[in-house]
Amino acid sequence: MRHFAFRRFMNVFMTVLCGVALVAAFIPLISVLYLVISKGAAGLSWDFFTQLPKPVGEEGGGIGNALVGTLYMVGLACLMGLPVGVGAGVFLAERGDGTVGKTVRFVAEVLSGVPSIVIGIVAYAMVVIPMRHFSALAGSVALAIMIVPYLACSTEELIRVVPTSLREASLALGVTNWRTSLLVILRTAMTGVVTACLLAVARVAGETAPLLFTALNNQYWNVSPVQPTASLTVAIYNYAISPYEDWHAKAWTAALVLLMLVGLLNLTSRVLTRNRLKGAR
Amino acid sequence: MNALASSAPDSAPAVAAGAAIATPKVEVQKLNVWFAKNHAVKDTSLAVQVHTVLAVIGPSGCGKSTFLRALNRMHDLVPVARVTGKVLVDGQDLYTREVDPVLLRRRVGMVFQRPNPFPTMSIEENVAAGLVLNGISGNHAEVVERSLRKAALWDEVKDRLGHAATSLSGGQQQRLCIARALAIEPEVLLMDEPASALDPIATAKIEELIHELKEHYTIIIVTHSMQQAARVSDHTAFFYMGELVEMGATEQIFTNPKERRTEDYVTGKFG
Ligand SMILES: Nc1ncnc2c1ncn2[C@@H]1O[C@H](COP(=O)(O)OP(=O)(O)OP(=O)(O)O)[C@@H](O)[C@H]1O
Ligand SMILES: [Mg+2]
Repeated sequence: MRHFAFRRFMNVFMTVLCGVALVAAFIPLISVLYLVISKGAAGLSWDFFTQLPKPVGEEGGGIGNALVGTLYMVGLACLMGLPVGVGAGVFLAERGDGTVGKTVRFVAEVLSGVPSIVIGIVAYAMVVIPMRHFSALAGSVALAIMIVPYLACSTEELIRVVPTSLREASLALGVTNWRTSLLVILRTAMTGVVTACLLAVARVAGETAPLLFTALNNQYWNVSPVQPTASLTVAIYNYAISPYEDWHAKAWTAALVLLMLVGLLNLTSRVLTRNRLKGAR
Repeated sequence: MNALASSAPDSAPAVAAGAAIATPKVEVQKLNVWFAKNHAVKDTSLAVQVHTVLAVIGPSGCGKSTFLRALNRMHDLVPVARVTGKVLVDGQDLYTREVDPVLLRRRVGMVFQRPNPFPTMSIEENVAAGLVLNGISGNHAEVVERSLRKAALWDEVKDRLGHAATSLSGGQQQRLCIARALAIEPEVLLMDEPASALDPIATAKIEELIHELKEHYTIIIVTHSMQQAARVSDHTAFFYMGELVEMGATEQIFTNPKERRTEDYVTGKFG
């Protein structure tokens, strides 16, 4: 019976251990949320979302242009990055066993591990230098370059787990290969792909490094792709490193806005991927 | 007519009576299928006349599904699979370059061993899938109802056509797949154990369906049930370890087989 007692002890011990690990994992998460909300919530107001920043010392003002700038650049990056990323993922899953596929996969895997500051430099060299000035376009190119490899890798994995039997079912109906890939395989994997897209977007929405010397910053509203553009992350950075107390407060509030934006994206992915069919399992 | 269709594996197919008969709907000549080193179908030749039903029987793993899948080039999808020999549909070899497997598969429909409805589609969409995915427009509702009625599923699902196909039971899913295959009206229908997950009533309905379909289609059905083979088929082919041991009129196979192995199998001595 000693063995039994020992086993029971181990069981309880391991359960407690897991519980402790869980709590340890939650502490930083909770403290981030707590800190950002407690320091940022006070600054939230309609003006904060809609107004341009005011010079130091002046009351009020907002980060409206940075919010719009982030949405604008992330939107542009999506236009470029999502189709390319998903398309590359489909290609890798369907034709990825040849030399081309292997090369593309290798490059994608390496690229998704490259630090974002490096991507920033690349976009700087590719877009900013030829155009001779900072621009929203350069910023979104940098973000798109970050989206593509991440999305290609996750799309490939999602497509590979779609059972072969579904491909067979479609082909046996006389459906062409590419229609099968898009209308059956990709559609079956769509829930996952949409989630991957939103996660990719949420990830780049929080990037500062690739925007610092591509989109730079802007004190005013801008939706021209060839002009420098403000973004939430760069705004947070600038406010946070400033020596002014009220700018620090603004940094916290902007951080809260960014957090809400990312949270919203995650929430949207859940709503979008709910199964529309009744009785679906 | 039926006697003409039968042929022993070693003789050239469909020349038994030597008369000037129509070309068989499906004719297989020296078909071999390998999975890497595994020789799953060996040197098989047979012929199926139009508007007849061929039952394929044999112990598990003897290559029945592999044989069936070779008839609409499903092995194209399997990287390790290699196919040699000829499969002629209406006298045209499927395994030549000129034949587009896509067009071929519209003429040679298939119901798989395991039900595989499209999980993202509703019941209705599944049945119409062959039309929708191929971009064929028209009155799909009518096709859906007709196909579901034929597959003996209509009464069970008519009030929930918009529900997920995966909400159906396994046997219902299998009938849904039959309806889906019928909706594109193929000329040849390959059925891999279509009734293995069905209760006796649904099985009877499917067998009835096969009888009806025979008027317009040519059917090859794999089954583990001798009774079923006897009930639905005109001819029966017995496979053993990848080889076509014997093929003949169903009655002859069950009452007076030429081969010892066939006799042992149909009388239940092994398998
Ligand atoms: N995709 C595949 N890859 C590799 N080997 C395969 C594949 N499909 C079938 N085989 C092999 O081919 C042989 C014949 O299999 P097949 O599925 O045709 O048997 P079957 O007669 O249909 O059996 P059952 O009655 O159990 O369905 C088996 O040895 C099997 O392992
Ligand atoms: Mg089988």
